[in-house]
Amino acid sequence: MGVSSKLGNLGVVTTTLEQAVNWGRTGAMWPLLFGLACCAIEYMSSQASSYDLSRFGMELNRATPRQADLLIVSGRLTRKMAPVVRQLYDQMAEPKWVISMGDCASCGGVYNNYAIVQGVDEIVPVDVYIAGCPPRPEQLLHGILTLHEKVKSERIADWA
Amino acid sequence: MAVASPPQSIEEQRRWEGSLDQLRGLVSERAITGETMLLNMGPHHPSTHGVLRLLLELDGEQIVSCLPDIGFLHTGIEKSIEDKSYEKALPLTDRMDYLSPMSNNMAYAAAVEKLLDLDVPERGQIIRVVCLELARCASHLVWLGTHAIDMGAMSVLLYAFRERERILGMFEMLSGQRMMSSYIRPGGVWRDVPDDFLPTIKQFLNDFPAKVDDYEALLTQNPIWKDRAQGVGVIEPDVALAYGLTGPALRGSGVNWDLRKAQPYSGYETYDFNVPLGEHGDVYDRYLIRIHEFRESMKILNQAVARLEQVKGPYRSENRKYCPPLRSELGQSMEAVIHHFKLWTYGYDAPDDEIYNAIESPRGEIGCYIHGTGGNKPRRVHFKTPSFIHISALPVMAKGYLLADMVAIIGSVDIVLGDCDR
Repeated sequence: MGVSSKLGNLGVVTTTLEQAVNWGRTGAMWPLLFGLACCAIEYMSSQASSYDLSRFGMELNRATPRQADLLIVSGRLTRKMAPVVRQLYDQMAEPKWVISMGDCASCGGVYNNYAIVQGVDEIVPVDVYIAGCPPRPEQLLHGILTLHEKVKSERIADWA
Repeated sequence: MAVASPPQSIEEQRRWEGSLDQLRGLVSERAITGETMLLNMGPHHPSTHGVLRLLLELDGEQIVSCLPDIGFLHTGIEKSIEDKSYEKALPLTDRMDYLSPMSNNMAYAAAVEKLLDLDVPERGQIIRVVCLELARCASHLVWLGTHAIDMGAMSVLLYAFRERERILGMFEMLSGQRMMSSYIRPGGVWRDVPDDFLPTIKQFLNDFPAKVDDYEALLTQNPIWKDRAQGVGVIEPDVALAYGLTGPALRGSGVNWDLRKAQPYSGYETYDFNVPLGEHGDVYDRYLIRIHEFRESMKILNQAVARLEQVKGPYRSENRKYCPPLRSELGQSMEAVIHHFKLWTYGYDAPDDEIYNAIESPRGEIGCYIHGTGGNKPRRVHFKTPSFIHISALPVMAKGYLLADMVAIIGSVDIVLGDCDR
């Protein structure tokens, strides 16, 4: 937390509103309980005992997009599924972030064919891309921490 | 490649959802008049195990009919394989049934071997059995965790994934990848097992039976679990056969059909194991069968690991027209260099013939149909996947039960949408 000064033992910490809010946002970023394909299984592994996403305040998956802050697009996005993902994104309340997990979600991966949308960024804005087919849980954790860094550097002026 | 833009307007999205008139004949007339309720479940739903959409017709809480809508994960894998050489198509098969990629590899590799009439050395076959049974355990562990979490038992998932990480660690040891291993290849396996694999799997085999007992302690006699699972989602043996169910979903109804026994492959006939059978064909019996399959897999694994220590020799066919030479040969043999170059650029020709080969995956019969052209690429590859068949039987299993039972029924047939839609 951006402590700029500490006044003796008065128990007062000063910071900027920007830093306090951004810090708060990184601490409990609830992801949408949503999986598409293989990457969703690695996402589940990250949630489970060995990797334990709850260390980052993310153990609470919300099944409804209305309560979620983070959309992790985990897996290949098909043409048939694309409108659904867009609708889920639209239903999420601001502020919201998107992680594109895996090669398929990021760029179509090995499937350059008629069925697969060549990257989820064609339909929703993406904050962090994670490479890998599927990415290991460590890679997902790294992606989430990268997103935290991004959130911490957000400016009030841009919140709108 | 040009990509059509996804539906932008509300109108376009409506077209995807369909209208009531389109459902005439599929749902009862009572739904058209509004007497019963139509409820959309999925494709985004925590307990449809992926992107399955079900259109449920409800009379109060009771399910009158259930219309599965699939294709939300249609990836065009079969079509993509048509422009790849036989060896290079293998990684695509990993990504169909992503809970047990080894089984897909095996189904495809065994089909190619059948087409080419290619031999597999004994050590290769034993390693395959080890991989397939580990894959069965890993897949059943995901099933157990998610099935339990669907029914409200949260903690089982954490225990199941703890053990699954160990299996994935072993896969990584073998192939360098946790999930998409592409390890089982036409002619055998990619490489021999590393030295530290045997101690690791022995330790796992030593620990795992007690863990299975732990899962059972959490669920098998749990009154809530029994209330939710017993007598729910019943499918009669003759109906199950008529729908073409395979695997634990069929054996739960008491039909003794396991391809490892019925049409043995990879030396399964030489292992001593039992095929657990259910009696009632309900969710509970399907659960028990998979739990028993953990123990039967342990039996097979113990035998296979013992053989792995005895049997030495090649792990991949020595037929250099189809299987690449060892890396160590490349520096010494000109012929090896030629084979290596030929196999990794052009591949190999397969006869203009069609074959079908099926194996027992954790979910049931996964079959691979290949139609060769005489050239290095297949004309058509088709996979007969268990999840597709099982989803078609969902309406029969769900009819007459309560809405809350639907998640139990979906969980008990253990569908993977990647497997279904491909």
